[in-house]
Amino acid sequence: MIFATVGTQGQFDRLIRTVDEWAGAQGRTDVFAQTGPSDYHSEHIRTQRFIDPTEFRKRVEAASVVISHAGMGSIITALELGKKIIVMPRRASLGEHRNDHQLATAKRFAEQGRIMVAFTEQELLGKLDQVQAVAETERLSAQASPSLISTIRTFIGTGRIRFENRDVSP
Amino acid sequence: MLGSPVFRGKALLNNGTPQSHGVRPKLLAVSSGGGHWVQLLRIRHAFEDCEVTFVTVHESYRAQVPDHKFYLVNDANRWTKIGLLKAARRIAWILWNEKPDIVVSTGAAPGYLAVRFGRMMGARTIWLDSIANVEQLSMSGNQIGRCADLWLTQWPHLARPDGPHYTGSVL
Repeated sequence: MIFATVGTQGQFDRLIRTVDEWAGAQGRTDVFAQTGPSDYHSEHIRTQRFIDPTEFRKRVEAASVVISHAGMGSIITALELGKKIIVMPRRASLGEHRNDHQLATAKRFAEQGRIMVAFTEQELLGKLDQVQAVAETERLSAQASPSLISTIRTFIGTGRIRFENRDVSP
Repeated sequence: MLGSPVFRGKALLNNGTPQSHGVRPKLLAVSSGGGHWVQLLRIRHAFEDCEVTFVTVHESYRAQVPDHKFYLVNDANRWTKIGLLKAARRIAWILWNEKPDIVVSTGAAPGYLAVRFGRMMGARTIWLDSIANVEQLSMSGNQIGRCADLWLTQWPHLARPDGPHYTGSVL
């Protein structure tokens, strides 16, 4: 099962259309897409405009690959559940978002090697062809980095901020 | 009833400030939906010693925090005036009800309001800017971070000596 998701902030038909065409060309019948407020008519994949967060998690759980806009909810959920994820950032110049912060997010995450990133439709097709051969992703631990947890816990308990043996009073 | 109790009641609320009502401090954890909520859940282990109440924007998130008090607020993400006013009224009411010792948020608009009002009521406030903000802080983050007692970014290159501070990320 392949799960494509674009969140709720306006249409991202560029992603949906590319996945739809790829599924048609490959004869894949196991693709489901959450399309957001879109009027694009898919031919080869099943779609739903919105799904609730519980179903969203179930869909990710059931998928072998997640294809997503660069939204943190999708990225973190896929990593938590140990799923391979291909991310295509929304672009402001194409009316897909208010600004290009998804582009910046995707670049940083790509540098860290945690996710696959496609900046164009062409790249997305390429990654879709490669993804089955990519090794499984390890599940992220269920919580944030220990140092972040410890900073917040210390602050809650004492009202102090501790950085590498240095106490700071806010 | 839902007027603006925070402003009128400021003097009264001082009775309820830090840890006068039991052993475990009361913590209000606030976020909007999607990535903000997912990030809030990933730092919840830091709240273990607290009595935690969650405030967020989708009813279906309730099932993920079954043992906690849970409030809904409308998502004022687009900063429309009417949406913001509704959210402000609701957040003010929740704060008045709960009188938390600590307010934590991962964004966006509902968290901004909660930190702002929480601060006015004498709560200790924490703002964790979203990991999605890799080039600059979010608009709400930049404004509210200065107000929060603990202001954190999740990217080392965005940290500054006077805040935001970096000590790790949700990943």
